[in-house]
Amino acid sequence: MSVCKTRVTIDPITRLEGHGKIEIFLNDAGNVERAYLQIPELRGFEKFCEGRPAEEMPRITSRICGVCPEAHHIASTKALDAVWHVDPPHTAKKLRELLFNAHMLHSHIAHFYALAAPDFVVGPGADKKDRNILGVIAKVGLETGQEVIKHRSYAQKIQAMIGGKATHPVCGLPGGMSKPITEEERQQIESMALSLVDFAEVSLQIFRDVVLKNKAYVDLILSDAYSLNPYSMGMVDENNHVNFYDGIMRITDPEGKEYVRFNANEYNNHFAEHVEPWSYLKFPYLKNVGWKGLVDGIESGLVWVGPLGRLNAADGMATARANKAYQEMYSTLGGKPAKATLAHHWARLVELMYAAERMLELSQDSEITSTDIRSIPTQTPTEGIGIVEAPRGTLMHHYVTDERGMIKKANLVVASAHGYGAMNMSVDKAAKGLIKEGKVDEAAKNMVEMAFRAYDPCFGCSTHTLTGKLPLLIRVYNTSGEKIMDLEW
Amino acid sequence: MAPKLQLAIYWAAACGGCDVAILDTDEKILDIAEAADIVLWPIAMDFKYEDIYKMEPGSIDVCLFNGAIRTSEQEEIAKALRARSKFMIAFGACAAWGGIPGLANLTNREEIFNTVYQETATTINEEDIRPDTNYPGPEGELHLPRIYDRVWSLDQVVNVDYYVPGCPPTPETIWTAILAIVTGNLPPKGTTIAGIKSLCDTCEREKTEKKITQFKRPFEIIADPKKCLLEQGLICCGPVTRDGCGHRCTNNNMPCRGCYGPSEKVSDQGAKLLNAIASIMDVKDEKSAQELAATWEDPAGTVYRFSLAKSLIYDYKKGGE
Repeated sequence: MSVCKTRVTIDPITRLEGHGKIEIFLNDAGNVERAYLQIPELRGFEKFCEGRPAEEMPRITSRICGVCPEAHHIASTKALDAVWHVDPPHTAKKLRELLFNAHMLHSHIAHFYALAAPDFVVGPGADKKDRNILGVIAKVGLETGQEVIKHRSYAQKIQAMIGGKATHPVCGLPGGMSKPITEEERQQIESMALSLVDFAEVSLQIFRDVVLKNKAYVDLILSDAYSLNPYSMGMVDENNHVNFYDGIMRITDPEGKEYVRFNANEYNNHFAEHVEPWSYLKFPYLKNVGWKGLVDGIESGLVWVGPLGRLNAADGMATARANKAYQEMYSTLGGKPAKATLAHHWARLVELMYAAERMLELSQDSEITSTDIRSIPTQTPTEGIGIVEAPRGTLMHHYVTDERGMIKKANLVVASAHGYGAMNMSVDKAAKGLIKEGKVDEAAKNMVEMAFRAYDPCFGCSTHTLTGKLPLLIRVYNTSGEKIMDLEW
Repeated sequence: MAPKLQLAIYWAAACGGCDVAILDTDEKILDIAEAADIVLWPIAMDFKYEDIYKMEPGSIDVCLFNGAIRTSEQEEIAKALRARSKFMIAFGACAAWGGIPGLANLTNREEIFNTVYQETATTINEEDIRPDTNYPGPEGELHLPRIYDRVWSLDQVVNVDYYVPGCPPTPETIWTAILAIVTGNLPPKGTTIAGIKSLCDTCEREKTEKKITQFKRPFEIIADPKKCLLEQGLICCGPVTRDGCGHRCTNNNMPCRGCYGPSEKVSDQGAKLLNAIASIMDVKDEKSAQELAATWEDPAGTVYRFSLAKSLIYDYKKGGE
C-alpha cells in the first residue's frame, strides 16, 4: 500500500467525555483507505495508586471520570469488599445499588439529550453553532428543556444524598457505607423516582416521534455504514436480566448464542489488552478468541459493551415497563442480537426506564433506611476484583495489597476501553460508507463522529492509570527554636 | 444590547467532573447561555481547535480552563486560549494545583508506561510496543501528543487571572464566579473565588482539645457523626483547606481530603497540615512520637492529595521540558 496523499482530521472529536481525534486517510480516488480513532492522552492512575491506602481508592479512582464517578467509586468499593473478605449488610448493598441507578439516570439523560439528541433533533448536517443542547431546547421547546434539566438534577440530588457529593462521592468503604439515609430522605427519593419513571416514558416517546417516525433516520440506523457484528457483554441476574450493580458476567457471540459466563474474580481468565503504537489507549479483547486485529465477526475477540452490549447479552429487563420497551426495540430492529450501532441510543433509553423503576423499588424497600450499614473488616487484606456495569459498559477494578491494605498493584479496565476496538471499526466503516470520491463536507465529518458518539465513549476514563511514595521529614522545634526531633513519614 | 460575553470552556488532564459541575447549575445554565456565546466547549459543542486558531487575540472574554497539563497538546491549547482570552480562570483543583492527576508526580513517564503497557495483569505485549508520537502507519504518519514526565498546574504554564477551587467546584462556587464575571464585579487578580476561612473554622462538629493518641483509618471505625473527625484519630484536611465546599464530605461522615486547596494565607497545604497534625500528637518523647507517626499510612499521598504539582516540593515554572 502506498502512503495516502490526502487526510481529513477531526480534532478534537466533540460531544463526548474526554479527548479523541479522528484521522481519515483518502486514496487517490478520494475514497477512504482507513480511519483511525486515536486517544491522545494518558494520566497514569494505575501507577500512582501504588502505595496508597486501599480504602482511599474509591475517592481517588472516581477522579478517573467526573461523568461516571459513581461507577468507579462503586467498582472500587466492591473490589475493597473482596480485598478485605468482608460482606456488607443488606442495606449497604441496597444503598449502593440505589446510588448506582440514580447515577445511571444522570448519565443517560445527559448523553441522550445533551450529546446525542443534537444529531437527531437539530439534524446531523445542521450548523455547528446550533448542533448542541441549546439547539435541541430551541427545537423541542423550553418546557421540555426544563423537564430534562429538572430530572437530571433529581438524579444528581439523590446521588448527593447518599454519596455526599453527586460528582466524586465519598460514601463507599470496605464492608459498607459511610452514612445511612433518613425516612425523610427516603420519601424525597421515592417521589423523585416516581417522576423519573414518567420522564423515562416521555423520553421513549420522544425517540419514537423524532427518530422512528422519520424514515431518513430509520434508514440511517439500519444502514450498513452504521452496523457491526461483534460479541456482546453485560452483567445479568439469575434470570439473565440486566443488572448494573451485581451479578454474573455474560457474553454472547455475534449470532446471539451464549459464549461464556463468569464471576468477577475470573475476569483475568477471559480478557487481555493489546497495545497499538498509534494510541495511548489499549484494546481489550476476549483472551480465548485472541487478538485478530480490528476485524468484525465471530473470529474477532472484540466486544460491544454499554447499553446495546448489555441488552444483547441479556434475555430481558427485570422491571415491567423496561422489559416492554426491550421487547419493542428488538421486534422493531428484527430480533437479537441488534447490529445497528446507532441502536445504542434506543437501548440507552430502555435502560433509563429500568434505572428509574429499579430506583423506585429500592426507595420503597423496607430495609433501605436501616442504620445497619457497616461490617468492620476483620481479616487480613489480600487481593480483590470489583465489577459494575458503568453507563458506558463493563468496568473492572483489580487491586493487590500488602497485609496492611496498602496498594501494591492496581489494574483498571474501563467501559470505553472495552468498546474501543468496536468503536474504531464503527468509525472506519462510517467513514468508508459516507465519504466517496473526495467529497467531505461538515455534515459528512459529523456523521463520522456519530459512529463513535452512539457508544457515548468516555476517554477521560480510558486515560487513567494511577503511584509512588514520597518520603517526608518533619523537623520538630521547641518554642526557643531548638530542634527536638526528626519525624520520618 | 451589549455584545454577549464570549466564553470558552476547555478541559485538559481532567475527568469531565468540572464540566458536569457547570451543568449542575441546573436551570441557571440557560441564564449562562443567555448572557454568553459559548465559543468552545468540547463536551457539549462541536467547535474544533481550528476554530480557536482562527480567533483574534482578546476575542474571548473569559476562559474557564479545567484540568492539569500533562501533554504537549494540553500546553499548546492552554497557550492558544491564553493568547485569545481577556481572563484566564483556573477552574477546579486540577487546573489550580494539579489535582489528583498531580499524584503522578510521585512517579514519572517511563514508570507509568512500563506499568500500563507492559506490567498490568491483563496486558499482553510480547513485542514491547509503546505508543509513538510519530508512528509511520501504512496509510501515512499518525501523530500523538507527547506525554510529559510530570504534571503541571495551569499557572505553571500560562498566566492565570483567577482560581475557582474544588473537585469539582460546587454549583454555588461556580455561580458566584460567573456572577462576578458577568457583572464585572471582580476581585483583585490572583484571587481564589471561594471562602476565606478554613473548613475547620466553619465545621459544626463538636471540638474539644485535640490530642491524637492513635491514627485510625476510615474503614477501621464507625465514626461518631457529631464529633470532630480528627479527634477521633481520622486524618482530616479541614484545618488547612479552604472553606466554601458546603462540608460535603464531613457531612457524609468522611474526612476532608482537601479538594478546595489551601486556605487563605496557607501557601503549602501539605506542609501546613503535617505541621498541624504533628503539633496535636499526644506524645511524651521521641520514641513515642516515632511509634505514633509510624501508624499514619501514606502521609504524602494524603496531605498532598490535590496539590502535589503546586507544592513547595514541586513548584516551579515550566521552562522547556
